[in-house]
Amino acid sequence: MEDFQEQEYEFLRRLDEERFGRSTLLKRGLATAAGLTIISLPEVALAARAKALADPPIRGTRQNLKAIVAAARKEGRLNVIALPPDWANYGEIISTFTKKYGIPITSDNPNGSSAEENQAVVSLKGDPRAPDVVDVSPTFAVAGTASGLYARYYVRNYASVPRSMKDTRGLWTGDYYGSVTIGYNANVVKTPPKSFADLLKPIYKNQVAMNGSPLTSGSAQAGVFAAALANGGSLSNVGPGVDWFAKARAAGNYIPVETTPQTVASGQTPISIDWDYNNFAYVKEFPSANWKVVIPSDGQYGAHYCQAVSATAPHPWAARLWQEFLFSDQGQILYLKGFAHPARFTDLVARKAIPKSVTSALPAAWLNSKGAKFASLGQQAKAKVVINTEWPAKLGKS
Amino acid sequence: MVPFFAYAAMFLILPAATVMIGAFQSADGGYTLDNITGIVKTENIRDAYWESIRISLTTALLGGLFGLMIAYAAIRKGTPNWVRSAYGTFSGVAANFGGIPLAFAFIATLGTIGIVTQLIQNVFGINIYQHGFAIWSRRGVELVYLYFQIPLMFLVIAPAIDGLRAEWSEASANLGASRWQYWRHIGMPVLFPSILGAVILLFGNSFAAYATAYSLTSGTALPLVPILIGNDLSGNVFSNPHEGHALAFGMFVVLAAMMLFYIPLQRRASRWAK
Repeated sequence: MEDFQEQEYEFLRRLDEERFGRSTLLKRGLATAAGLTIISLPEVALAARAKALADPPIRGTRQNLKAIVAAARKEGRLNVIALPPDWANYGEIISTFTKKYGIPITSDNPNGSSAEENQAVVSLKGDPRAPDVVDVSPTFAVAGTASGLYARYYVRNYASVPRSMKDTRGLWTGDYYGSVTIGYNANVVKTPPKSFADLLKPIYKNQVAMNGSPLTSGSAQAGVFAAALANGGSLSNVGPGVDWFAKARAAGNYIPVETTPQTVASGQTPISIDWDYNNFAYVKEFPSANWKVVIPSDGQYGAHYCQAVSATAPHPWAARLWQEFLFSDQGQILYLKGFAHPARFTDLVARKAIPKSVTSALPAAWLNSKGAKFASLGQQAKAKVVINTEWPAKLGKS
Repeated sequence: MVPFFAYAAMFLILPAATVMIGAFQSADGGYTLDNITGIVKTENIRDAYWESIRISLTTALLGGLFGLMIAYAAIRKGTPNWVRSAYGTFSGVAANFGGIPLAFAFIATLGTIGIVTQLIQNVFGINIYQHGFAIWSRRGVELVYLYFQIPLMFLVIAPAIDGLRAEWSEASANLGASRWQYWRHIGMPVLFPSILGAVILLFGNSFAAYATAYSLTSGTALPLVPILIGNDLSGNVFSNPHEGHALAFGMFVVLAAMMLFYIPLQRRASRWAK
């Protein structure tokens, strides 16, 4: 007899022994299926959890911090996205938060872009892995608010964040800012570049990269702004910036490789146009790469990043506690340690709240980056449209 | 039959219908031809189609040629049996080894600081990147695609070559035909329908490759249709999402054109079998 035939006979024999009968089997099977379906329905699980926690308030000041901490601890987890450990010292911020409040953090997709952060909020809606908070560039913060992705929340220190760096409806708040710099590997790059004009020289062939594509990455968009300022454009006209990159690509200097800590360490991207806090962090992090930072002499552009709480956050209280931590003195000083300019910098300096050890560790070049120009939200939105239409057209050719 | 129809409906008909209907819908729910005309008018999208077709044709034809030669060499009587089984096993893995792992493997080998790049630099003193080669250029992408196209061709054409009976080649030699005459009148006509079908398969395989192309080019170095669709779907640009549907519909049109080209050729090639 075939194997399966034997098994079939065995099964029917045992069935007969138990005097199960087909109708009983069917009935029990249906009951099990119904039971499993009900238990596995996400709505049932979520409803049970939702009853446990009331809605968090819109203003952080309306709630005792201890109550926020307790509610966050009960949620038990925080999901963050696109926060590389060496980006504005997020590694230390995450570990300090977890140690201080006892809430583990899941850090997803560290090399992700601002566009991917918004997209994750949309596509993971209802999933417990969805991001609770996002840290996006202003154009994507505006896009996110337009799509209704964020919840309103005014952190306790909202008042001391500069007016130009926050949304009055409380949908996002600027957490730190930086300016565009040129970082380079002094082992590979023998002649230091000093400006955007320099970077077009043939000695830098196949060496110039950015932190992603300006279609998706806030840092790369800023690179285009800076290139525009260096080439006769302005904050309202980034066309010359796209043209500069097209020229750099045609010359073979600009390579479409995304700068990550890995490519910096390995030498795959010997020159990187990126935020000052990233480039300064690489100096400390990769001594073997002999990384040096230069502020471009012809185009200085700065921008801030925006913290927002997801409207569909799976852990709403933990998300708000994270905001409180980031905008507290401790959080802002941790940003400063990562060479980012914290949003409440002026306030911290006025209150003499920054320890000497932190200020003395800041590189001289960082302190000199005062001449950077900042674009308004309107200018950034306009630039996004120009970049989205011109970049694929001008740089898509091989 | 019901399970088959259910399967075909869910995985074939429904997605295709969604794309085809969505291509003609506008953002507010009405029907419009604007998506299609928009695609035809945008130069960047026309370039992307041309680039995709070009790369797909090159890798399909080159992959077909090399795959055929390798398959014939591995299967013919003179070769030991272990060669065929070893290469068949390797092809089974390599034909499906695509996407990000493949892109990373090639970047580690032939990237700007890849092992082979550095080897060539140290041994021959030539920096291939200074001479115009780049893993994210058209040539680089074609090279990477060939890695899975050639094994796929081998897998598909091996049964057809098995069908070339040794008796035919012996009989033709007996009757005084040269090797060239054997191939011209017997070998190629027998194999041609299968080769044609395999090349079409390779074309479709290459045309739809997304993850490999995206990882190699970081999504920007080369305009390709799957990358454009990916951009529309991942919220990177705020263009009309129905543009993604229209782009996919365009891919259907290209592949349908290929089929129109293939069917009469197939019919003509199979004439000898009647």
